[in-house]
Amino acid sequence: MSIEHRDDTGDRFGMWLFLYTEVILFSGLFILYAVSLSRFPGDFAQGSHQLNIYLGSINTIVLLTSSLTIALAVSAIQMNRIRQCLTLCGVTVVLALVFLVNKYFEWSAEISHGIYPGSQHLAEMGAGVSAFFNLYYFTAGLHGLHVLIGGSLIGVVAVLTARGKITSERYTLLENSALFWHLVDLVWIFLFPLYYLIL
Amino acid sequence: MSEHKHEPVPYRTFILIWIALLALTAITIAVSRVHLGPLNVWVALGVATLKSSLVLFFFMHLKQETRLFRLGLLVLLVILAIFIGMTFIDTLYR
Amino acid sequence: MSESTTYTGFWQESPRPGILGWLLSTDHKRIGIMYLCCITTMFIVGACLGLALRLELIAPGVTVMTPQTYNATFTVHGIIMIFMFLIPSIPAAFGNLLLPIQIGARDVSFPKLNLISWYCYVIGAILAMFAIFGGGGAPDTGWTFYVPFSTQTSTNVSLVAFAAFMLGFSSILTGINFVTTVHRLRCKGLTWGRLPLFVWTLYATAWVQVLATPMIGITLVLIILERTFGAGLFDAARGGDPILFQHLFWIYSHPAVYIMILPGMGVISEVIPTFARKPLFGYWAMALSSLAIAFAGSLVWGHHMYASGMSDFAILIFSFLTFIVAIPSAIKVFNWVSTLYKGSIELAPPMLFALAFIFNFAIGGLGGLALGAAASDIHLHDTTFVVGHFHYVMFGGGGFALFAALHYWLPKFTGRMYRHKPAVISWALLFVGFNITYMAMQAVGIMGMPRRYYDYLPQFHTLNLISTIGSWILAVGLIIMFVNLWQGARKGRPVGKNPWGAATLEWTIPSPPPIENFGAEDPVVTKGPYEFKGVVADEY
Ligand code: HEM
Ligand SMILES: [Cu+2]
Repeated sequence: MSIEHRDDTGDRFGMWLFLYTEVILFSGLFILYAVSLSRFPGDFAQGSHQLNIYLGSINTIVLLTSSLTIALAVSAIQMNRIRQCLTLCGVTVVLALVFLVNKYFEWSAEISHGIYPGSQHLAEMGAGVSAFFNLYYFTAGLHGLHVLIGGSLIGVVAVLTARGKITSERYTLLENSALFWHLVDLVWIFLFPLYYLIL
Repeated sequence: MSEHKHEPVPYRTFILIWIALLALTAITIAVSRVHLGPLNVWVALGVATLKSSLVLFFFMHLKQETRLFRLGLLVLLVILAIFIGMTFIDTLYR
Repeated sequence: MSESTTYTGFWQESPRPGILGWLLSTDHKRIGIMYLCCITTMFIVGACLGLALRLELIAPGVTVMTPQTYNATFTVHGIIMIFMFLIPSIPAAFGNLLLPIQIGARDVSFPKLNLISWYCYVIGAILAMFAIFGGGGAPDTGWTFYVPFSTQTSTNVSLVAFAAFMLGFSSILTGINFVTTVHRLRCKGLTWGRLPLFVWTLYATAWVQVLATPMIGITLVLIILERTFGAGLFDAARGGDPILFQHLFWIYSHPAVYIMILPGMGVISEVIPTFARKPLFGYWAMALSSLAIAFAGSLVWGHHMYASGMSDFAILIFSFLTFIVAIPSAIKVFNWVSTLYKGSIELAPPMLFALAFIFNFAIGGLGGLALGAAASDIHLHDTTFVVGHFHYVMFGGGGFALFAALHYWLPKFTGRMYRHKPAVISWALLFVGFNITYMAMQAVGIMGMPRRYYDYLPQFHTLNLISTIGSWILAVGLIIMFVNLWQGARKGRPVGKNPWGAATLEWTIPSPPPIENFGAEDPVVTKGPYEFKGVVADEY
């Protein structure tokens, strides 16, 4: 549009609205989870025990830390500390990669045990355990996809910052990408105890 | 359109929040190793809610935003509660 | 009308020439027109399929198509009409055309996102066409995609589910855009109490689009995953629950019916005061009942599931809540009628369609109560009464509201007036044909004829025959209407700024509006949207 029209608050509000849609998207899976948990509490505990709580905890710490670094990056750009901002974005991207690599090892171990959606082994473990693992794979998979998208987004934003397209005067893009990244963190905050810590 | 700019949040605040988040994570893991029956899930959800509010209000700057943003979040939570709760009206009484 | 008759506003002014000026335009009016072209095409395709269905039902037994073709045809008809026609019809087409102008803005908050949303729609529509005509066979699940059938049938369900996902994404982007626009871009003096009702309904609809649509997104994704991995998420033998699928589906799809009807109600709320020359009766009741409908719409999805095996307690609650939702809808009907009371009514074509809307919507709404009451629904569920009911609401309501909007605003955006006599004739044919078609379907449904069957028992013949004949009258009406509007847009008599004498902002700027709508000076609003004092209609 030819008119120069700027509304940062509106841009952020639009992003929040988009985040609401993401929450609802995940809530569909959480509804399935909640109903299945109330139906098969014992089987869910059994399934949960087979997940690797150490990898899960490490990934939690990784994500929380990456949330910190991207939050700091926003403060940095506001204070016009471009170098720091770039470093913080870089750390966030690296942490996103660490998360995904962890996830890769976790999943390959589970798959090599014959645990994956629709597998023969799962079917033998009974209805409740299958339900648990199906939901685990689909929820964590959707979340992993979001990690991938969020990480790439922050990478792009870092490049734009380095090129001077994002400045301490105009940084909504960075802010909005950070918001998206925090959402990824929020989802994991619920996902982790619900899948890894059921006793 | 008037540009309403946020004051940058000092690094220290964020780091404190991060420490709190890690502490809460340690707490959930610890509590989850104690048998409390169905209470376990509720404790886990409670701690997760606390953690999310920290992320929402500080990391996501909700504290600095206008009322509209908080109202929007409230609407979302109400709708979410309806979607989940009303589904349970079916499944719990089947 | 500015100085000459060759003035063409946004049709002509564009940073890029030719077709690219459209395909890459972020101007809300151009995007609105592109949406309008798409939904009209989709409507025509869908209507042809509907007529084919009616033709098959003209007599018992196979008449023109095989049972499998019938299944595919009603599925494709439903998917096209819901996801590609009605949901984007008024919000995306007329919302884009009018929302910024009615609030005195130059564009929506996110013009680029707006264009992306149109592309999502187009991609979704193209993918759906592939699913329908590609190998593997057109989907035959019904537009509801119910499991277990949808996870087992060999037809192109995954592709069409992905197409619907894209269409949903497009709808979400429009919703985000409109909520933000209404909050951030209202011009000076345009307080919430001065918003035109059409804007109120678009605003309420946009919230529903944002908060409900993702649920269909995840549901469709799960269908695709289920078909790919065969995990058994909805298979009772493997720890799943098929009824949960229905919950997820209707958590979106009931609110979706409000996406379809609310903006239509907004159109009617604009048309009625203009042609009664009276302020809308009960402005705040109308505005707030839009929000109330949007909210309460999220509470009642279970009324589609009385016969599914859901718990009795849930049936009780959902049935009760369904009756509550009737209240805000009834408020609207009463307020329109009160607006008409003692008005100086001018029966111009838009007004005729608006009146038909009220009539059809009242019948559809009352039929809805019969379906909302659990006791009678057990009898009526999955009969053609349901089909009659939702056509009354969606076609007689949403569709007729779109026709009203076309007759009301097309002169604004083309700068030309269609001929009134054919418009009235088409209206009469549509109204009569519509009521014959669907009243007969409702009647035969009460007698017990199930929906989604190509065949029926001999005692249902007469009513089915009547219904099919009605559908032909309807078709003639549609043809006359579209031809007349097309000719009007091309060669009609030029109109001035305000042919109807309406008081909202869009009538203060030239027809068709220029790019960026308001010239150099942003408008300032000093009065409500329905204060007609001092407003004079231009001659045409
Ligand atoms: C020319 C106009 C139309 C005719 C003749 C027509 C006719 C029909 C018929 C005969 C059925 C199938 C009934 C059955 O076997 O169960 C049907 C289903 C349906 N129609 Fe229409 N219709 C028309 C327009 C519309 C419009 C405008 C909409 C919505 C905006 C619509 C939405 C639907 C839906 C959602 C279904 C259900 C599909 C399913 O069962 O999955 N129709 N229509
Ligand atoms: Cu409904």
